[in-house]
Amino acid sequence: MSDVLVPWDDVLAAYDPALGLEVHVELNTNTKMFCGCPAVYGGEPNTQVCPTCLGLPGAMPVVNGKAIESAIRIGLALNCEIAEWCRFARKNYFYPDMPKNFQTSQYDEPICFEGWMDVEVDGENFRVEIERAHMEEDTGKSLHVGGATGRIHGADYSLVDYNRAGIPLIEIVTKPIMGAGEKAPAVARAYVSQLRDLILALGVSEARMDQGNLRADVNLSLAPKGSGGLGTRTETKNVNSFRSVERAVRYEMQRHAAVLNAGEAIFQETRHWHEDTGVTTSGRAKSDADDYRYFPEPDLVPVAPSREWVDELRGTLPENPVERRARLQADWGYTDLEMRDVVASGVLVPIEETVAAGASPQAARKWWSSELARRANDAGVDVVDLGVSPAQVAAVQALVDAKTINDKLARQVFDGLLAGEGTPEEIVAARGLAVVSDDGALGAAVDVAIAANPDVADKIRDGKVAAAGALIGAVMKEMKGQADAGRVRELILEKLS
Amino acid sequence: MPEISRDEVAHLAVLARIDLDDAELDHLAPQLSVILESVASISGVAGDDVPPTSHPMPLTNVFRDDVVVPGLTAEQALAGAPASEQQRFSVPRILGDEQ
Repeated sequence: MSDVLVPWDDVLAAYDPALGLEVHVELNTNTKMFCGCPAVYGGEPNTQVCPTCLGLPGAMPVVNGKAIESAIRIGLALNCEIAEWCRFARKNYFYPDMPKNFQTSQYDEPICFEGWMDVEVDGENFRVEIERAHMEEDTGKSLHVGGATGRIHGADYSLVDYNRAGIPLIEIVTKPIMGAGEKAPAVARAYVSQLRDLILALGVSEARMDQGNLRADVNLSLAPKGSGGLGTRTETKNVNSFRSVERAVRYEMQRHAAVLNAGEAIFQETRHWHEDTGVTTSGRAKSDADDYRYFPEPDLVPVAPSREWVDELRGTLPENPVERRARLQADWGYTDLEMRDVVASGVLVPIEETVAAGASPQAARKWWSSELARRANDAGVDVVDLGVSPAQVAAVQALVDAKTINDKLARQVFDGLLAGEGTPEEIVAARGLAVVSDDGALGAAVDVAIAANPDVADKIRDGKVAAAGALIGAVMKEMKGQADAGRVRELILEKLS
Repeated sequence: MPEISRDEVAHLAVLARIDLDDAELDHLAPQLSVILESVASISGVAGDDVPPTSHPMPLTNVFRDDVVVPGLTAEQALAGAPASEQQRFSVPRILGDEQ
């Protein structure tokens, strides 16, 4: 199968897409799902393990109550029903990342089911129906040795670290999302991005896609336009940024259309997303090997959350996302268009944190929605993964507010932050970026600019104050951008009045 | 309770990554059938008024506090491993050539 894609408009003319998203959220509990091992990142290999998460004979799991609480709160925030009684199940498969030879998961009795979430796309709410949210555990991490690429294919053998095995996961599965049409890629991105905001507001996970705390699988199928049916789907794994979610949906729509247009059938399979090349490649065919022989976990007793507990947890929920966006827009005084940009670029939470750190809402928006969003786009990452924190943005803006630097110099401070050159203050000092507002130096530059532009100077003398811009520009150029533009303007008007 | 077919045993062997030749399949399939039939005799005891259960204890909600307890050191964890490298469990090649 060649990877010739059907042009986007042709896909939309002939087919209706159906989307499905499966998002895994790694909880930020202190300990693992079924044992007391620490559930934190970055430990030396196999130092956060015990007989339970290593699957040693005789070890018995015990459920982490905090993880159940987090699962219920996620379910409630997604408007789900909470099961009155449910069980864990063994998902049997042989793969060395799960030393027990099964993953403890939930099968036909998920703790949360039948919910929905309203996501904002281009200023409109789009309701995504949630099929279920269930509890399970993460797997170990494999390092593949030998072969050219460090990938599993062609490897001679693999090395496994089980620190991550057993960390609590919540898998959130949508129902097929129909009717999104040309907006399918944007809906997919908006859903994952706004789900992340919700998870952060709940405080149940770090939810960093680049760290794998939040991972998305994208299911996609096409049906002939207007048929109302569901085509054969593919499941694209390893989609680890909002941007990639959008690109993967678009790519698979164009690829599916090419296969279908050629009169061939879509193969139900797992596909892998390649961030660098922006394509998916065939993974494993869904086949007999996917017979997981689920059965109820005999080592764990059922979970039956009391209605009192569920109600109590309902009282701990953050405000719902639609109300929250409306409140923040009112608090911040953004126009509808500004708010739409903010939501679309996934910077609502960073702006909120930047404002909390002392910057004005307009300044926070200026940096996140334009400067940093542009840099993230150039770098091919999500803006939240760029490597600049809300506190740093607020610190940069504080320097602007204090007139130590201006916006143009602030961009160079961001260069320095991304290069790891220290705090904004240190970067301003080390790079010599401070604005010159000393009248002596500025006055001399103003005199030079006036002498070089006598016609402009005459206009200003005649009262055309707007012409001062040209002289300010000349002074800024002379001073390599490091002049206090407001003071320069005052000096020009004083000298030419 | 239907008996397990030879094909089903062959399928299970594939899932379990166990190589069984024809003679072994012929030998094992009937044995598995006998075991299943024996277990199935339990269904004869349970009446319609007995709900299926996965656990003999009438317990629910056995939870643990979210408090770290010491586990194993890496040395202890790897002590029983047939092979290890870089403080990790070394396992044979995962995907065969055909995969």
